[in-house]
Amino acid sequence: MFFHRLANPTRFLKLAAVIQPWAAGATLVLMVAGLYFGLIASPADYQQSDTVRMMYVHVPAAWMAMFCYTAMAVSAAIGLIWKHPLADLAARSTAPIGAGFTFLALLTGSLWGKPMWGTWWVWDARLTSVLILFFLYLGYMALQDAFDDPARGTKASSILALVGLVNVPIIKFSVDWWNTLHQPASVVKMGGPAIHPSMLVPLILMALAFKAYYIWVLLIRIRAEVNAGKIRALRLRQAQGPSQHMNEETANG
Amino acid sequence: MAEFFEMGGYGAFIWPAYGAVALVLAGLWVTSRRFVVSTEADLATLTPHRDDIKDEA
Repeated sequence: MFFHRLANPTRFLKLAAVIQPWAAGATLVLMVAGLYFGLIASPADYQQSDTVRMMYVHVPAAWMAMFCYTAMAVSAAIGLIWKHPLADLAARSTAPIGAGFTFLALLTGSLWGKPMWGTWWVWDARLTSVLILFFLYLGYMALQDAFDDPARGTKASSILALVGLVNVPIIKFSVDWWNTLHQPASVVKMGGPAIHPSMLVPLILMALAFKAYYIWVLLIRIRAEVNAGKIRALRLRQAQGPSQHMNEETANG
Repeated sequence: MAEFFEMGGYGAFIWPAYGAVALVLAGLWVTSRRFVVSTEADLATLTPHRDDIKDEA
């Protein structure tokens, strides 16, 4: 019922206007706190020394990369099956944000890999599957605008998003299924997190900051997409207006 | 202070990473804001025409 009510863009825009400043405020507060605990108030690791601070941006970015993809695929499915107009816009608006986080996960991972593993990149299961995730985002975005008819673009890209969803559990479990340089999970695992609170606090703060940022920018983008849809409809009516007159005239003549 | 920026000798890896995060997140926000502002401006110029259509109808 709730989602059906949100299908009405006017209602959704009203709700978004209420949530947006809170999401913006939460992003900034959580980000400042996360940076303080991550860069200043937390200790260096006994093995990795200060490079452990890479974790506070790398891990949340990687979590968001997978979270955004899942959110995008679920929204795309809702759009595909129930023709929910806002679900399509949510999926479309999530893609660039998810691609941004995936890029950051790859880049910060590379900058962490060089001092700790001695290499910027290895073609192992975890790194390769995340690179594929990045290409899935890019493919989704390219396919959206590859057709003259936006509805066809939405349909084709939604199918790609759903097929690509199989990659998300592969990323998650890649460190358990294959031999890899990448370490296995230390937070989301059986038996609770294996990480000291002094490092868990900045990690969780940054993760929440990234999530709030996602909500904030997502709402901005959906608003813009709703506008863009209205503009398309108005231009179409304008373009059809005179030609309809002409048709009537020729019919009368 | 210099010690803080050195990051135990790993500053050359840590600061570019944090810088990239700041750049990407700020960049996405700026482009998203521009998207809203430009669509709102376009809608504002199109709206009088919509009234015309309503009048005709």
